[in-house]
Amino acid sequence: MKTIFERPDSMTEKVTHYCPGCTHGVAHRLVAEVVDELGIKDRTVGFAPVGCSVLIYEYMDTDYQQAAHGRAPACATGTKRVRPDLMVYTYQGDGDLASIGTAEIIHAANRGEKITVVFINNAIYGMTGGQMAPTTMPGQRTTTSPMGRDTGSVGFPVRVSEMLSTLATPMYVVRASLHSPYNIIQAKKAVRKAFQYQLDGTCFSFVELLSTCPTNWGITPTGSNKWLEENMLPYYPLGVFRTPEDDLK
Amino acid sequence: MAKLLMKGAEAIGEAAIRAGCLAYFAYPITPQSEVAEYLAKRLPEVGGTFVQAESEVAASQMVYGAAGAGVRVFTSSSSPGVSLMAEAMSYMSGSELPAVFVNIVRAGPGLGGILPSQSDYNQATRGAGHGDYHFMILAPATVQELVDWMIKAFPLSEKYMNPVMIMGDGLIAQMMEPVDFDSVKAEDIIEVESWATTGAKGRKRNLINSLFLDPLKLEEFNHKLAAKYQRMAEEDVYYEKYLMDDEPALIAVAYGTTARIVKTAIDVLRAEGMKIGLFRPISLFPFPKVELREESAKDHVRGFSVVEMSNGQMLDDVKWATLERKPVGFFSRNGGIVPNPEETIDFLRKEYERTGA
Repeated sequence: MKTIFERPDSMTEKVTHYCPGCTHGVAHRLVAEVVDELGIKDRTVGFAPVGCSVLIYEYMDTDYQQAAHGRAPACATGTKRVRPDLMVYTYQGDGDLASIGTAEIIHAANRGEKITVVFINNAIYGMTGGQMAPTTMPGQRTTTSPMGRDTGSVGFPVRVSEMLSTLATPMYVVRASLHSPYNIIQAKKAVRKAFQYQLDGTCFSFVELLSTCPTNWGITPTGSNKWLEENMLPYYPLGVFRTPEDDLK
Repeated sequence: MAKLLMKGAEAIGEAAIRAGCLAYFAYPITPQSEVAEYLAKRLPEVGGTFVQAESEVAASQMVYGAAGAGVRVFTSSSSPGVSLMAEAMSYMSGSELPAVFVNIVRAGPGLGGILPSQSDYNQATRGAGHGDYHFMILAPATVQELVDWMIKAFPLSEKYMNPVMIMGDGLIAQMMEPVDFDSVKAEDIIEVESWATTGAKGRKRNLINSLFLDPLKLEEFNHKLAAKYQRMAEEDVYYEKYLMDDEPALIAVAYGTTARIVKTAIDVLRAEGMKIGLFRPISLFPFPKVELREESAKDHVRGFSVVEMSNGQMLDDVKWATLERKPVGFFSRNGGIVPNPEETIDFLRKEYERTGA
């Protein structure tokens, strides 16, 4: 009998703790599949964030370090600089990367650290119970923006991919989404390309993955996919923002 | 080897290299930016790594990442910068990572001043960050000691799988003194494959982590840390006794720069016939409690006199260690002012008379 679908070798057998409809599991799987396909499992070190995905180290069967909130790009810098042969990536949510860790992500990108960053943007704080994130949409209701995000007092959502793209350092920056099978296939290609750039020692690589949080959005899983498409896609356009090939032209 | 005349801050950098530490992450801050300047030039010559971080927060987290990868690594800073490293200090203690931190203390609080101070004693010995943890804290008094303790700090941090901090001040970092880099033998790093994230080749994956969602497991870990600190107190307490062999009536207690001035003052007062000795803690954590307590029980000891560049931080430890069996006097200069020998002599003379020694 031919096996057509199985657990990636780079994942453990542990059942994830994620809520129904959450896209973290999909994102984890994409990373694990890429690690398998590139044959880098025995030289990969991941950095876990603080947030819902803090326990990613329980699910990934590679060496892992857990980083303080927002600091993963600095921690990853430390590891990659002293052991450049390792494949080093961070996996961070939007509270972690786009709020408390803004300085660390910008400077790791600007130094051109040869690391890969997987950035999960679901427009909300998940683990702490659905508070407003820097990426929360205008008018979006959260527990700390109960009347909806008021852009007049808290500003507009931060577009991290666009912000990083203003840096002069050559890098790979892409935004993909996990709200449909087609988009997941595109996201996988982006993750694979990002890791390939690191494998080749080319540049800093950054993959933003638009994700859903049905529990804290208060919407069903399928409704969440639709909400992402209707609300997030117009504000967070998908596509490749930077490639080192273009940068080095 | 012949002695080299070197500034303390540069000697810190060179000593790290001699210790086999080829990774340094830092953010500039007075009065120790020369460590980074020295290593920015020197590390590339020996195949090492230096990254100027965007902040002390990031520098200390780079140390976390590099230590987790199983290499010797250190950072240096001064008081306001060390405050920003509190987060990484807590995480590294919780993840049991070996590394060396250097704090060249300047006067505070806040932006304070850039001149020498000892006002970070509590921050260092009690732990700047959250949670129940300690660093081992070592306080050299000369540039030679700075070099020696830098070289010894790495194997000590590996022995305990716990960060070690070297605590000095602007005087030691800025002063030039002759140093011998071979006075202490460097030791090789211990085996790291069993715990470091070096890539899981031919072994199970390794995890660097301080998260324990099960309170019973976290409690067990807290107890493990407590046992570790107890072991430090049994095996790695360091101090110097100066003129303590002839049953001195008064014992001055001071560390680092201040201890040097106290020695000068004691020499002067000894010439006047006053039997004063100096007890100089070198390991501030673990504090030489047992040794000081023994002194406090001796009949010939009539009092203790603490001299510090703070409002009395080590003073609390001296009172605790001696059980205040004898009067504990205190003299300090603050704000970045180093006590001069004259005022220190005056203080110790009055102490000597006050305690009826």
